[in-house]
Amino acid sequence: MSEAQIKDSRTEHSRSLEAQFEARIARDEKIEPKDWMPEKYRKTHIRQMSQHAHSEIVGALPEGNWITRAPSLRRKVALLAKIQDEIGHGLYLYSATETLGITRNELFEQLHTGKAKYSSIFNYPAVTWADMGAIGWLVDGAAIINQVALCGASFGPYARAMVRICKEESFHQRQGYEILLTLTKGTQEQKDMAQDALNRWWWPSLMMFGPTDDESPNTAQSMKWKLKRKTNDELRQQFVDQTVPQAELIGLTIPDSDLKWNETKKGYNFGDINWDEFWQVVKGHGPCNKERMKARISAWNKGQWVRDAAMAHAEKQQSKNLNKAV
Amino acid sequence: MKNENLYKYILGIADNNLILGQRLGELCGHGPSLETDIACTNISLDLLGQVRSYFQYAALIANNESSEDDIAMLRPEREYVNILLVEQPNTDFAYTMAKQFLFDAYHYLFIQKLQSSKDETLSAIANKAIKEVSYHYRFSSDWIKRLGDGTEESHDRIQNAINDLWTYTNELFSQTEADKAMIAEGIGVDTVVFKEDYYNKVSEVLKEATLEIPESKYFQKGGKEGIHTEHLGHLLSELQYMQRTYPNMKW
Repeated sequence: MSEAQIKDSRTEHSRSLEAQFEARIARDEKIEPKDWMPEKYRKTHIRQMSQHAHSEIVGALPEGNWITRAPSLRRKVALLAKIQDEIGHGLYLYSATETLGITRNELFEQLHTGKAKYSSIFNYPAVTWADMGAIGWLVDGAAIINQVALCGASFGPYARAMVRICKEESFHQRQGYEILLTLTKGTQEQKDMAQDALNRWWWPSLMMFGPTDDESPNTAQSMKWKLKRKTNDELRQQFVDQTVPQAELIGLTIPDSDLKWNETKKGYNFGDINWDEFWQVVKGHGPCNKERMKARISAWNKGQWVRDAAMAHAEKQQSKNLNKAV
Repeated sequence: MKNENLYKYILGIADNNLILGQRLGELCGHGPSLETDIACTNISLDLLGQVRSYFQYAALIANNESSEDDIAMLRPEREYVNILLVEQPNTDFAYTMAKQFLFDAYHYLFIQKLQSSKDETLSAIANKAIKEVSYHYRFSSDWIKRLGDGTEESHDRIQNAINDLWTYTNELFSQTEADKAMIAEGIGVDTVVFKEDYYNKVSEVLKEATLEIPESKYFQKGGKEGIHTEHLGHLLSELQYMQRTYPNMKW
């Protein structure tokens, strides 16, 4: 066979693999790590899954800010448990991402150099105790809507991770709502604190669903691969429709004068999102972007000698065991 | 108060957990690896969970409408009776682990004995805590070995931390009047009985970690009498912040 013939047969082989792959996706079969997949599918999944993992880890920071000041022992314990869950999700998602042929250290490197992104919502400061309620209710609430849609994603490890993570997130959401419910039943100061938190977290939560559909370049491909099952705007609408009655139930006001029930679409119309603010935060200039990265990088650098020690010790133990075996 | 000695005795146990749990909570999200981060948060969670059981019981004994949170968050500094060891700052991972290990080795022996307390509630709390506490001890002693017998840097760091914190170990075994009264009634644990065991246990791990056992015979104490190092006040200002700023509210 000539070189040209070999090349032709390879191209044909990969075309046929790609066709088989697309057919499996169309049949709703799961793609597993050892299965053949197009390089772009692998890369897109590394990007999205690691972005998700980074969000869990960075998301621990604004909530971690309140552990030492939680108002009661019960709240302190619940907050610790929640953050422990989030870091566990991070660990789980990094491991799932590693099945695509990249290491956790490489993923951290991407986060620390700004190559990889994380959810912009965590670049807002958690300034009062009520923010622990608002984050649980709104941020975890928005995350669940995104993630439930991902339980049917085509990549097996990601879809399975989502099923487990969604269960815990829905508990966190109820916990956050209950924090605000308690505040709204309390003194005027507590009610004001709850309303203020909603005012600050509402719009950034709507931004969590990403740019509008016509501004979202990756949506079409992601829908085709079933990495996404619904568009950004569909998910955002679902979040608004779900959250407005919950706010009403505890006597809080959504900070949007354009919010109005639309009988025709059986959903709420809502005001314009400030996309300039969205892009400012995405590009690294939100209120806490620099602090969050500084905290992550500092934890990583300060932990280097600890990880080195653990590796050195493990190697020593291994060679001791080998000697024993000999 | 009818059972004042018992009340004080419970605070003497629980304040150690409270302050150490609070210190560990400072680290959440900042650990050297995700695994250690989760483990330290988990230990903090265990310790604070135990605190809730102790303080709920103490509130019941006080019988004056005080709650677990009032006891945890509304006492003046001089009324906290934790030992000085647990309030020491986290400084670095070596200090955090050295502090944890020196406490865990004691806590394990203590809880083991508290299981047979004549006081049913304390014995029940100890029965539940023993699994948690034995995990804490395993975790921190494993890290002492890793750091001691890891790299030159980790060896030096953990040796320094052990040397610095050693001075607070003797206080683990000092006894207040309330302690003595409770020991006499078969409710409290006579810690002196396992003091030798403690130092043997600790020395064994240090040896395996290729570390020197500190020889200093000078020890610090005062925490059990409410006289603390300067670190505690700052820790309390965070712990008490919400309760002090917004008094008499439900959260």
